[in-house]
Amino acid sequence: MTIFYILLAFMIIAAIIAVETTDLLSSVICIGAIGFGASLMFLFLRAPDIAITQIVVEVLGLIILIRATIARDLTFISGDREFFGVVVSVVIVFVIFLAGVHVFETLPDFGTPAFAQTPGTASRTYIEKGLENTGAANIVASVILDYRAYDTLGEATVLFTSIIGATVILRDRARKLLEDPE
Amino acid sequence: MPYALCLLLFMIGLYCAVVKKNMVKIVIGIMVMEYAVNLFLIMLGYRMGGVAPVVDRSHLGPAAENLAAGFISSSVDPLPQALVLTAIVISLGSLALMISICIRIYQRYGTFDITEIRRLRG
Amino acid sequence: MKGMTVIVKTIASWVKVLIFLFGIYIILFGHLTPGGGFAGGVILASSYVLLMLSFGREFVEENLPLPLASKLDCVGAFLFGLIAVLGLVFGGTFFLNFLYQKYLPGQPLHLISAGTIPLSNIAIGLKVGASLFLVILSLSVCCKGRPCGPSTRERQE
Repeated sequence: MTIFYILLAFMIIAAIIAVETTDLLSSVICIGAIGFGASLMFLFLRAPDIAITQIVVEVLGLIILIRATIARDLTFISGDREFFGVVVSVVIVFVIFLAGVHVFETLPDFGTPAFAQTPGTASRTYIEKGLENTGAANIVASVILDYRAYDTLGEATVLFTSIIGATVILRDRARKLLEDPE
Repeated sequence: MPYALCLLLFMIGLYCAVVKKNMVKIVIGIMVMEYAVNLFLIMLGYRMGGVAPVVDRSHLGPAAENLAAGFISSSVDPLPQALVLTAIVISLGSLALMISICIRIYQRYGTFDITEIRRLRG
Repeated sequence: MKGMTVIVKTIASWVKVLIFLFGIYIILFGHLTPGGGFAGGVILASSYVLLMLSFGREFVEENLPLPLASKLDCVGAFLFGLIAVLGLVFGGTFFLNFLYQKYLPGQPLHLISAGTIPLSNIAIGLKVGASLFLVILSLSVCCKGRPCGPSTRERQE
């Protein structure tokens, strides 16, 4: 249990540095530290699938973020918005935090999964019957590609659409066509 | 208690996305929020002293396809892991879209500062 | 995007093959060990990004140009939809695991088991890998060489 607290404290300190520093490159490196801490956390929470995916996705995300920040002239930013807006935002965020902590007391204790223990729920069925219904030894793979394959179809669609959007926004030819007849 | 620390991480990301002026800082705040939510979902399914939901040869019961009772009573919940797996890959796609919008805005207006973009009428 | 020094290029050309092979392993054994289509696809994309960072963008664009990556992306998505529709044709429900339940059960914990799950993993891995490579190639094509400032149309106004 103490390893969880150590990793969470590491992630919170890295998040505070990422938010408050004025140099953009330091913020991006702290995002890398948060992602690495999250991947270690997933490994200790017994989710090896998620740990592998998180570390490789975070490496590619760092490459995309660095591509956007260090090739520009402006890497120093000049502070926050006006004072009244900052105070109202901080108060609202603090109120949401207190409400969330109050809601979390109704959740079961950390370490007792409520859905995997009561028989008849979906998680319990996936664990008990996963191997004989689908034949896959990795139960998470059988959940995402056999029991809940619609979610994977939706995810493929969302990824497809966002990549097409990013490619179309970054296209160069449209601007040249607009400039030539002028 | 770990849930409260996870919520604190989410609040730090929310503060950054709402208060800061630089566009890349707003994107960084959204990323921190995504990490916090994925972490919270996996923490919901954790079992103390549990085992990863991958079946090994030692977990098989007497018949070829029945599982030993030890595995069923000590494995963690596989359902939140399946949901978070797609969420992590979608967050990479949305990060690519957000950064491409930031690059185009920088080429059009010459700055990353959102208060100055509001003042210019392009 | 320019390349790097000779040491980086030599090592990158050896390591890229190992990373590509590791990505294929993670995709193919996704139903037996942790991993699956998503993680394997991202590893495949990152092997090509390693080539792009060390050799320069033009070298990679000759071997895997933007239209070909876009077509591979569409082929992956189409294969995934085809497997789903074949479940409807052979079994009666959309996304039915028809190979496991009717034709080819296989043995548990072997490579040939779990029906259409390895095929779906291959389709998803191809799609995710081609998509992410496409987006990083587009991000590097956007500004050729010098840092991007405001466009020339803005400066003339």
